[in-house]
Amino acid sequence: MTSSMTKSSVTTIYIPRDTTALAMGADRLATEIAAEAANRGESVEIIRNGSRGLFWLEPLVEVETTSGRIAYGPVESRDIDSLFDQAFLSGETTHPLCQGLTEEIPYLKKQQRLTFARAGITDPVSLEAYQQLDGFNGLKKALQMDGQSIVDEVKTSGLRGRGGAAFPTGIKWQTVLDAKSAEARDGKQDQKYIVCNADEGDSGTFADRMVMEADPYMLIEGMTIAGLAVGADQGYIYLRSEYPVAHQILNEAIAKAEAAGFLGDNLLNSGKTFHLEVRLGAKAYICGEETSLLESLEGKRGMVRSKPPLPALVGLFGQPTIVNNVLSLAAIPYILSQGGQAYANYGMGRSLGTLPFQLAGNIKRGGLIELAFGVTLRELLEEYGGGTFSGQPMRAVQVGGPLCAYLPESQWDTPMEYESFQAIGAGLGHGGIVVFDNSVDMSEQARFSMEFCVAESCGKCTPCRIGSTRGVEVIDRIRNDENRAANMELLDDLCETMIDGSLCAMGGMTPFPVQSAVKYFPEDFNQPKQAAKGSARS
Amino acid sequence: MTAVNEQLLPVVTEVIAGLKHKPGALLPILHEIQNRLGYIPPDVVPVIAESLNQSRADIHGVISFYHQFRTTAPGKHTVEVCRAEACQAMGARQLEAHAKATLGVDYHGTTGDKNVTLEEVYCLGNCACSPSIRIDDEIVGRVTPEKFDQLIDELRSQTLEVL
Repeated sequence: MTSSMTKSSVTTIYIPRDTTALAMGADRLATEIAAEAANRGESVEIIRNGSRGLFWLEPLVEVETTSGRIAYGPVESRDIDSLFDQAFLSGETTHPLCQGLTEEIPYLKKQQRLTFARAGITDPVSLEAYQQLDGFNGLKKALQMDGQSIVDEVKTSGLRGRGGAAFPTGIKWQTVLDAKSAEARDGKQDQKYIVCNADEGDSGTFADRMVMEADPYMLIEGMTIAGLAVGADQGYIYLRSEYPVAHQILNEAIAKAEAAGFLGDNLLNSGKTFHLEVRLGAKAYICGEETSLLESLEGKRGMVRSKPPLPALVGLFGQPTIVNNVLSLAAIPYILSQGGQAYANYGMGRSLGTLPFQLAGNIKRGGLIELAFGVTLRELLEEYGGGTFSGQPMRAVQVGGPLCAYLPESQWDTPMEYESFQAIGAGLGHGGIVVFDNSVDMSEQARFSMEFCVAESCGKCTPCRIGSTRGVEVIDRIRNDENRAANMELLDDLCETMIDGSLCAMGGMTPFPVQSAVKYFPEDFNQPKQAAKGSARS
Repeated sequence: MTAVNEQLLPVVTEVIAGLKHKPGALLPILHEIQNRLGYIPPDVVPVIAESLNQSRADIHGVISFYHQFRTTAPGKHTVEVCRAEACQAMGARQLEAHAKATLGVDYHGTTGDKNVTLEEVYCLGNCACSPSIRIDDEIVGRVTPEKFDQLIDELRSQTLEVL
């Protein structure tokens, strides 16, 4: 900022430093806007905020005005001149890219943001901004409570694990609270751990990434509260290495939180201790499975462990360990500060609270939509998503990641909540929604499910390790019209073997997308692929 | 045991000395060696094994388990193409075919000028603006074949400037 400018007031501009914003050119844009402002003698301060999650509008540039923040997007380099010409710094809303007040954009306004309430508003590593927006209120409350009271509050919230398994978080915490490590049984100091699963490997998901890039202190606060609840003084965030921006932001945030006493040996002068470290994965999808993740954190191959013993009792380095997804831990500060009941007031049935849905793939308006459980898939696809990006009709939607079913249109009115999805043989997983238009070849998608399992199986269980390879071969034969009827039967049999004979979800659920493709899109398995392509062309 | 390349050894021993006190130190050590050298030379395996009091098989097993760790030198830049579903829905299959054809290499291959190593990746978390690629630590969205060529041209001209 220069004070010698002719205009006296400084205008604040927000340009995100989120991965998607950067992938659409936010860094270059920030540099160019700063340069153009200097050229024109305009005094501006550019804040690199997190993303609002309206990804189709990235890079989303916001200008602070007396009536609120006004959004422009998606902004490209070529738009900069016209934005300045049309006085976007003074709150003029005439530019074609102007979206009006950010908070009034229907996509954002209609959401029920509890976990993502702060996302995109501030500089993600500003401790001051975090505290101005209720940050650390949950931690302050937790420091006044005993472990059991904290766990009770989490139980009241009805929170279920957001990684996909949907296990009640409060029950898991109770198990760790009640567990005695081997050392404790010998009268030595008890060691427990809090592990955050940030190995967000499902295609179509980016909610964890957004938490870490837009509001990292919320995750730090949630993990610290978990540590206070069960008596753990060390936490690890196991972060996938595919997220370099999140890595950078988390490390900045942890260093600042330590320096300010929100982490370390004397949390807010309470005498309590909690340390936190980020550990990177190394491109292995299986390490999102909790026992494989623990092996990896211990410095080993990410081989899945048999359960029991549960990680809650014998987890990291053999000690009682909470392993929770980013979104589960990120929900904790709200639950502690507003009360478990406030969280449980959202949702339906046994699916309480909110889920951040993530719209991805061939969709016009992709992004993050946090809503109470119970919204239908169709509402998300049509009202929020606005149809496909390509403009072609939607054909198949994969909800819940690469281990969950492809849904045909007849199932799109299913309420998005755990039990309803289970009833149709599908899953919500981590809330990712990947849309395909009518150019998709579902036998090719089924083949990919098996191929992905070949690449990512840890190799422990034969049905997963070998079955997936055989699965690719069988689907290839079907696609080549070799002995189709017999091979379809063989594929079905193979799927059952994988489901029944695998320790974890990798082998046990890889068949779900395959079986759903066969069941709901049989026409894609009924004709030789070369012939099909030929007829499509003619 | 083969003698470790004398230029590499000080780097490797420094990395190990800085990290071996950490619980579960092996992955952080392997990451840091690869960060510094670009890969994990096979002849440093015995050095790591001895420092951590593990077997060479243990260390080799970990290196070979994870897709990220490589035991040969990569090109100057690493280009990763996302192959996962959200990108498939937006043309990733065509993009990967184009990338292989343009660069003249398959996955894990390095171009003849040692400029670019091509890798596959399953999801970069940019799924609302697919298809995505990663060039070193930078992620790029909505990558068409034309945009891919332009990005590769920029990489090549950067290299020329350096030369």
